[in-house]
Amino acid sequence: MYRYDEFDHTFVTQRVAQFREQVARRIAGELTEDEFKPLRLMNGLYLQLHAYMLRVAIPYGTLSSRQLRQLGYIARRYDRGYGHFTTRQNIQFNWPTLKDVPDILADLAAVEMHAIQTSGNCIRNTTADATAGVAADEVADSRIYCEIIRQWSTLHPEFSFLPRKFKIAVTGSGRDRAVTAAHDIGLRLKLDADGNPGFEVLVGGGQGRTPILAVTIREFLPERHLLSYLEAILRVYNQLGRRDNIYKARIKILVRETGRDEFARLVEEEWAHIRDGELRLPDGEIERIQAYFAPPAYQALDDACPELAVQRAGNRAFDAWVGSNVEAHKRPGYAVVTISLKPHGGIPGDASAEQMEAVADLADRYGFGEIRVTYKQNLLLPDIRKGDLFALWQGLVAAGLATANAHRVTDIIACPGLDYCNLANARAIPVAQAISERFADPERERAIGNVTVNISGCINACAHHHVANIGILGVDKKGKEFYQVTLGGAADENAAIGDIVGPAFDEDRIADAVETVVDVYLAERRGADEPFIDTYRRIGLKPFKEKLYAAH
Amino acid sequence: MPNTAITANRLADGFVIYLTADGGWSESLADAAVATSDDELEGLQAVAERAARAGTVIAPYAFDVETDAGRPLPRGRREILRTLGPSVRTDLGYQAARS
Ligand code: SF4
Repeated sequence: MYRYDEFDHTFVTQRVAQFREQVARRIAGELTEDEFKPLRLMNGLYLQLHAYMLRVAIPYGTLSSRQLRQLGYIARRYDRGYGHFTTRQNIQFNWPTLKDVPDILADLAAVEMHAIQTSGNCIRNTTADATAGVAADEVADSRIYCEIIRQWSTLHPEFSFLPRKFKIAVTGSGRDRAVTAAHDIGLRLKLDADGNPGFEVLVGGGQGRTPILAVTIREFLPERHLLSYLEAILRVYNQLGRRDNIYKARIKILVRETGRDEFARLVEEEWAHIRDGELRLPDGEIERIQAYFAPPAYQALDDACPELAVQRAGNRAFDAWVGSNVEAHKRPGYAVVTISLKPHGGIPGDASAEQMEAVADLADRYGFGEIRVTYKQNLLLPDIRKGDLFALWQGLVAAGLATANAHRVTDIIACPGLDYCNLANARAIPVAQAISERFADPERERAIGNVTVNISGCINACAHHHVANIGILGVDKKGKEFYQVTLGGAADENAAIGDIVGPAFDEDRIADAVETVVDVYLAERRGADEPFIDTYRRIGLKPFKEKLYAAH
Repeated sequence: MPNTAITANRLADGFVIYLTADGGWSESLADAAVATSDDELEGLQAVAERAARAGTVIAPYAFDVETDAGRPLPRGRREILRTLGPSVRTDLGYQAARS
């Protein structure tokens, strides 16, 4: 697995020492909040509704068991015994005191973690495919490219003060598991005719008040040109992106206003100057980084696992969990396991210190000590032997982590919303809880099948509600919470932005509204194999709208 | 003018605090000074700005309150939650100690 190198270590340690001094000066009254704020944000420290919040980066969502245990330790020692995993594959601690933050950062640095570049108008943590390296269908391991991007973008002098924050996503196959179309730059790995890896390059995706899907500006970019091409895109953006209006500063606006073809031309023109310069990845560089991600010591196993079939037949709850939370692995005899952080009626993405430790122990015992954080605010164990699934599941049951709902209607993405977030207009978590309770019956949930439900507490859209099959946006009307519903969004390779159904629902009616939407789908679908999104694309908004507003 | 109080976050832990009539800060909105005129509000704002410059409080702002026999009560979900803590974790925030 990736280990950050000497440079990173020295740098992060120095940065902690620097911040410790800055905090001391702030507490002593030598720095004003105006002076201190940019410094704390650079170190991941925000001020939220009830307290400070520390956002810790998890590069491409990969954690060792040691790191996860340390996060559990931090949650217990300095916070209130839990952490919140976000769609950006970060973890947030909601209650740190100012004086403790330098110690927390030092404890993070001890396990090669930090909170740098989780804020500010720089290139943020790259969103990775959580199943990188293990997905049965992947073209190449996307973590290698995420790491190359991370090394290039960390403290890149030219790109520390971009017009706005900048997010890149990489997915390892034609199946998009990193929402590339909703990022400033999306990279989709593919092979050329000779079997060489490269990328389809998308630019200009984004959410917020102006949701736009990224457009492809290059069908195939050979891997050795990755950095020079990214640099060319960033240069064009840095030069032409608007700095006068925060709502128009993202690259999506530039791409839309310039037009795809013209933007692509500008990038190609810039690229022509630098493509064979120092950013060209030298031979051996990709292999060098690949070595960090060398596959673990897999055993040679039969893919068929008769004992698993027996265990499934003998235990319905286990069978249901395997059905929803276990996916194919590229190695025979292994499986990829999603650990749901969405207990029915619970808080999406929250994990207690004990749960973090339990997962770390299970990862050591049954995996290779590796854990991934997914875009859906869940955890994932990438390498579990099929023969160990039953024992693993029992361990998860004991830790309260065996909810069988991955990709289902209760696998809801929700941002912290007005329960924690200073920018929020409405609460998101209680809505998620109400919907989750509504669909808690496992049989019913299974019958409904895969559908995405995302809830954001304001138009910043941290929960990506625009690209959810069922999207919910909290709005404030005179101090009261209302919820606007969109349908038909998608975050996969057929990305789409949802359509607004009509007037918003108040907090007492939003779960009913979602239930109505699901009922229309169940009544209209052509058999159990037609997922929600396909039915929606076939029948459109109208039947849903009619039912939702029938009584009015 | 609607009745108004001043709130901020405390430097040490970011917790919600309210400006009191004696120029101090309290964790409880019930203790907050309520301005009923522009002049009173300006006076309170000046005190709050000084505290912010001195570094003890962060991001002070004025907000409308209801009053019940002179006691301020929060209006709107955001300010209600700020007096309590997260509605989904009633074991945390001010509500935990008060319940
Ligand atoms: S969407 Fe809005 S409310 Fe939710 S976390 Fe983002 S900024 Fe906060």
